[in-house]
Amino acid sequence: MIKHDVLVVGGGLAGLRAAVGLAGQRDVAVISKVHPLRSHSGAAQGGINAAMGNAPGAAADSPEKHAFDTIKGSDYLADQAAVLEMCRLAPEAINEFERWGAPFSRFAEGTVAQRPFGGAGFPRTCYAADRTGHVLLHTLYEQLVRRGVKVYDERAVTRLAVADGRCHGLVAYNLKQGRFESFAAKFCVFATGGYGRVYRDSTNALINTGSGIAMALVAGIAVKDLEFVQFHPTTLLGTNILITEGARGEGGHLINREAERFMARYAPRMMELAPRDIVARSIQTEINEGRGYAGGYVHLDLRPLGKARILERLPGIRQICLDFAGLDPVEEPIPIQPGQHYSMGGIDTDVRGRTTIDNFYAAGECACVSVHGANRLGGNSLLDTLVFGRLVAEDIIARQGDFSFQPQEAVLGRHLALQTAQLEAMLGRAGGVAQRHIRESLRTLLTEQVGIFRHESAIADAAERIRRLREQYATVGCRTPPGPFNFEILQALELEGLLYVAEVIAQGALRRRESRGSHFRSDYPARDDAQWLKHTLARLDGGEISFSYAEVDTSQHAPQARTY
Amino acid sequence: MRPKHEPTENASFRFEVFRYDAAAGGPPRFQTYELDVSRQTSVLEGLLRIQDEQDPSLAFRYSCRGAVCGSCGMSINGRLNLACRVQLHQLVDRRVVLEPLPGLDVVKDLVVDMDPFWEKYRQVQPWLHAEITAADANRMSEPQRQQIDQFVNCILCGLCHAACPVTKSDERFTGPAALAKLYRFLADSREKRDATTLEQENAQAGMWGCHTIMKCSEVCPKDVRPTDGIRGLRRKLLSQKFKQVLGRSSRET
Repeated sequence: MIKHDVLVVGGGLAGLRAAVGLAGQRDVAVISKVHPLRSHSGAAQGGINAAMGNAPGAAADSPEKHAFDTIKGSDYLADQAAVLEMCRLAPEAINEFERWGAPFSRFAEGTVAQRPFGGAGFPRTCYAADRTGHVLLHTLYEQLVRRGVKVYDERAVTRLAVADGRCHGLVAYNLKQGRFESFAAKFCVFATGGYGRVYRDSTNALINTGSGIAMALVAGIAVKDLEFVQFHPTTLLGTNILITEGARGEGGHLINREAERFMARYAPRMMELAPRDIVARSIQTEINEGRGYAGGYVHLDLRPLGKARILERLPGIRQICLDFAGLDPVEEPIPIQPGQHYSMGGIDTDVRGRTTIDNFYAAGECACVSVHGANRLGGNSLLDTLVFGRLVAEDIIARQGDFSFQPQEAVLGRHLALQTAQLEAMLGRAGGVAQRHIRESLRTLLTEQVGIFRHESAIADAAERIRRLREQYATVGCRTPPGPFNFEILQALELEGLLYVAEVIAQGALRRRESRGSHFRSDYPARDDAQWLKHTLARLDGGEISFSYAEVDTSQHAPQARTY
Repeated sequence: MRPKHEPTENASFRFEVFRYDAAAGGPPRFQTYELDVSRQTSVLEGLLRIQDEQDPSLAFRYSCRGAVCGSCGMSINGRLNLACRVQLHQLVDRRVVLEPLPGLDVVKDLVVDMDPFWEKYRQVQPWLHAEITAADANRMSEPQRQQIDQFVNCILCGLCHAACPVTKSDERFTGPAALAKLYRFLADSREKRDATTLEQENAQAGMWGCHTIMKCSEVCPKDVRPTDGIRGLRRKLLSQKFKQVLGRSSRET
């Protein structure tokens, strides 16, 4: 058994920021399914929001205005004090990365460059060309290496060891050695990322399976607002690789088959820079009503920017287009379609990252504070990881007295035995149902029936089928014997989590009879604050998912109509 | 030219994949898989299809599938690249020979032990050494940022390390990725580190080990030229020695 005071699960930005905050103060280690630099944070492109006021004419920007834009963008489902706290800490997060040497793009006077982004009243999005996530992830990992933090990589955490309201540690599958290990800790932090791969057409890395959220659910911890799934307006046709919102921020146009800048119909004021939920629905409407191209896409035209600006501001996008679509956006428009992008929902936490289990925390995309509500603004996810990763570290450090807690080896032993037995059973069913049938059915169901546009009968059917898939999972077998880098075992373990998450998404979407942010019900197309201005909480109770609802903090701004 | 994003017909491809299990022992071998897929399919997607539909025991690393995370480096028909970045229509024929990155120990099939690579990375103390506390004192100009831009774009996929003939003949050689990473910091206008790391790499196993064969630059999926960085390190070292000599002679007079 491996022991540390604090275990951070996940090597992306939220996890590494928490670990860097704890390093030198407490005995902390990071556990990650992949090497930290392979984490999905590195794929973030367009930037990170902070009211620095660096851009020309943006001196009047403030954390309060950033907070208002975020709250309005969330369709008033975000908890407003938490949003304000995040926005207040945003400039500090940027300055911290300045000190660590993050090579941000610059304005002429040497300040961090900021570009316009969707739903924002000022150019507020700090960036490093269109590789902001890459630059932040590498800079933060450098700080982790500098501090000598222990990293257990290529270990997939599979189970939280919770007993008597306390987390005693966790069980992880060591991919390199092909065996389960147990880790004891006084505090555990999940920073395991989102659940994008529940969907078929997603911008997410293949590793984003929502495992952390599913593990919390299995451990009896509440998860929140999972039905709110962000569809990014512009993903590359076919592969669904992300084409940053920064492409529109820099001046790219959305054009349909009739050569029309169609956003004028949907968001006459903000046009292409309306929030993502609105732009994604607009594109899908154009496609559904026959104004898209055959194959289901529209054009993102970067030619208005000119070659020099594309090369300077969007070199990564150009490279993606050349590598994956065989076209040069300097010369021709990019074929794009909406695709799943971000998980607004997640493990229910407060503003310090605490969950309903006292010594178990969550931060980043796997958590739901909630600061994104029903729709996240572009540039706020990187911010979320850095702010809440930091706050988690600070909260744990402050709890000196709680470091006397001794995790019980017996609890960990029991969970290790359960996990081992589950695997042995799977290995004993070599002739069982192939996991890919379940996975593919699941992803198709979510994409087609719980996607951008939803309605009662399709969601209800999906929820019922997902439930049956979960029953079928009990018959899944593995035919590859245990050993190093056995991906069949890893993927079978991930599949169980996908099923839980999918069922909560579908059931939550079925119950929520209104349209808010990313959750659009064609049978209930209006927002219904009287009935539904509330968070969805889901728990697993004896194998069944139960739902309850919690109040939204609207202390700063009363909900208004949301127009752009 | 027909736009490549239009759907294309399926074709049959023969994947010949290196198989080896270090834990179980036994001789390495090639295993052949036939795959009928769209010519737009990437090599990585092809491998995932094989793993899913034909052989779940096949091992290879993956994550982003968009050429930004650096997980899936391998040899594809003898050329090193990221498997996600190569589409089948780009290959000259329908035979796809896949081997693990050379020069690193194979753990299983296409998975190699990257630890020696990461060790070299840590050896150059890869972080900005600058004790700056004031919030805005760490500014750099846009031209200064552009000077380090190509090195910042490195995703540490290890392709250059695996392609370098010197890393294969001398395991002590720091290698192109780590040396370019060191230059990324030394060329940063904000860097304040002393000469220790530069002196440490002033060795045959360091900056002088490079024979400028340029294999590293040829294979880089992000258009980084590590040899630019290695040359830059040599220039920095020589100019520092020159300054030392000048400093000494000026004290003497």
